[in-house]
Amino acid sequence: MSLFSATDLGIRFGGIRAVEGVSFDVRPGEVFSIIGPNGAGKTTIFNLISRIYNPTSGRLNFNGQDITETPPHLIAGLGIARTFQNIELFANATLLQNLLIGRHCHSKVGLLSQLGFLPSVRRAEVEHRKVAEEVIAFLGLQRHRDSLIANLPYGVRKVVELGRALCTEPKLLLLDEPSSGLNVEETEEMAFWIDDIKKDLGITVIMVEHDMKLVSAVSDRVMALNYGRILAMGTAAEVQSDPEVIRAYIGGEP
Amino acid sequence: MHRPFKTQYEQDLRLFRAPSAKIWYGLLIVILLALPQFAGEFYVGELGGLFIFAIAGVGLMLLTGYTGLVSLGHSAFLGIGAYTEAILLARGWPFAVTLPAAAIVTAAAGIAIGVPTLRMTGLYLAIATLAFGGIISNVLQKWDSVTGGFDGFPVKAPSVLGVVLDGPWAVYYMSLVALVFVILLALNVLRSPLGRAMVAIRDSEVSAQSMGINLAWYKTIVFALSAGITGLAGGLFAHYVRHLAPDAFDVLLSIQLVTIVFVGGLGSLHGAIFGAMFMRLLPQGIAMIRDDLPNWLGRMPGLEPSVFGIILVLCIMFEPMGINGRWQKMKLWFNRFPLHRASASRRQKSYAKSERLR
Repeated sequence: MSLFSATDLGIRFGGIRAVEGVSFDVRPGEVFSIIGPNGAGKTTIFNLISRIYNPTSGRLNFNGQDITETPPHLIAGLGIARTFQNIELFANATLLQNLLIGRHCHSKVGLLSQLGFLPSVRRAEVEHRKVAEEVIAFLGLQRHRDSLIANLPYGVRKVVELGRALCTEPKLLLLDEPSSGLNVEETEEMAFWIDDIKKDLGITVIMVEHDMKLVSAVSDRVMALNYGRILAMGTAAEVQSDPEVIRAYIGGEP
Repeated sequence: MHRPFKTQYEQDLRLFRAPSAKIWYGLLIVILLALPQFAGEFYVGELGGLFIFAIAGVGLMLLTGYTGLVSLGHSAFLGIGAYTEAILLARGWPFAVTLPAAAIVTAAAGIAIGVPTLRMTGLYLAIATLAFGGIISNVLQKWDSVTGGFDGFPVKAPSVLGVVLDGPWAVYYMSLVALVFVILLALNVLRSPLGRAMVAIRDSEVSAQSMGINLAWYKTIVFALSAGITGLAGGLFAHYVRHLAPDAFDVLLSIQLVTIVFVGGLGSLHGAIFGAMFMRLLPQGIAMIRDDLPNWLGRMPGLEPSVFGIILVLCIMFEPMGINGRWQKMKLWFNRFPLHRASASRRQKSYAKSERLR
């Protein structure tokens, strides 16, 4: 039984077929990586899963539920969280506030009780804060808790974005290039966290990544894309040695 | 430097973060309550006006400063609130009903402008709201049978339990109570999920959506809230001016409200209050020193708008965080004296996103 599946997924922007005929299953508890050259359609697939784009063809299924037509703001509540390639944090809010926004999909307090900040809102806020503090402890972000995101270095922001996604308590985590812009040590640290997220938190991960070292270190299965189509699928070693994949990256006889 | 030691999560949810703040704000309230005993009628009236603009400033601050939606149509909301209040009072409704009604009717108008402009941001939203302001201003002029057309009509003084609330003192106290109420309301919003959703929409719509925030719903709510608060200010404004005429609610008033928010400092409630003080006290200050200035300067016809313009330009150039930003820096300077460094309040520049932060 797969946790997430895409069937014959496709999207066209005008005449450009950004993604075409892509089908894959993600099993519960695995790290599934998507690789491919620039413009292969990796981030487009993420945007399709998080419903920012409407697919022109195909179905998306998550946890036994068809989400092809679910509005984007309900995706987080179903248990799918994501990070963005070019960090989309709330720059003029503190780190803690950013994590608490990650709790939004679990917020059930009514509008009027918020206007009066009734005891029910206060209790809910403390509960959200507890979850946020657990994530802060997990990622070791304690000393930045009250800093504005705009004042934090890039490497830390990348971790905060991961933390914000974890605050939604997802079943499926979409990581869009978690290592981009990070140095070697930070990338290694990221690999450990992805491993911890999979093993300790039991969260399934789909990851778009260019750094093959990170991909080999953490992925159970890898899917290679080029021009919106699937080139190869299998373990990291299998995909890396696939002649089609090598040709897509390095070039060669057609 | 004073930092409260935190031992409980509840501490971050309190209205006053430090115990000393309670004392200072309490003292301010006592002074404001006692002030009309000592100040002359003119000053009491002017302060009442200041409170009303501060209320409207808080309303616009929630929309522009916290949600990042610029509105050039807030004079219309002020107008709708003022006319609703005056018309309902004239028809014999009790004051306890008319003032909330002014806020609610205006909130409904806020939804009416909020829903069609949901997908607009920045300049496009500014133009759309500007047009809305123009439409409402025309309606107030042309709908003779209800609004009295160009001539307008005098506003009936409200009475509560047989006591007629007339004159500057009544406006002063009514507006003060309303201002405190509105500030508490805004503080509640800002420490709730709603306030965080607003900030999220301001800073990144796409990730706000991915975090489960329904953009359309929250933008509509914020428009309604902002308009409702401005409508409340409008209801009080009717009693402040005592004679309603449509030309009071033109685009210049909208720009004044936007100036309050920008000069005061975007993204802070203190900013809305500071901005209102600037907007209402500067003309008085200019009038006071006018006679002492050399004749060619003191008698110059466009002196007041020029000073406004110069301060606005200087503010945008040298202090984008407004009066509140300057105030925070001054506090920091005193807290750290003599160890202050000029780089302490310098913000890191973000090159990746050029138009994100205003």
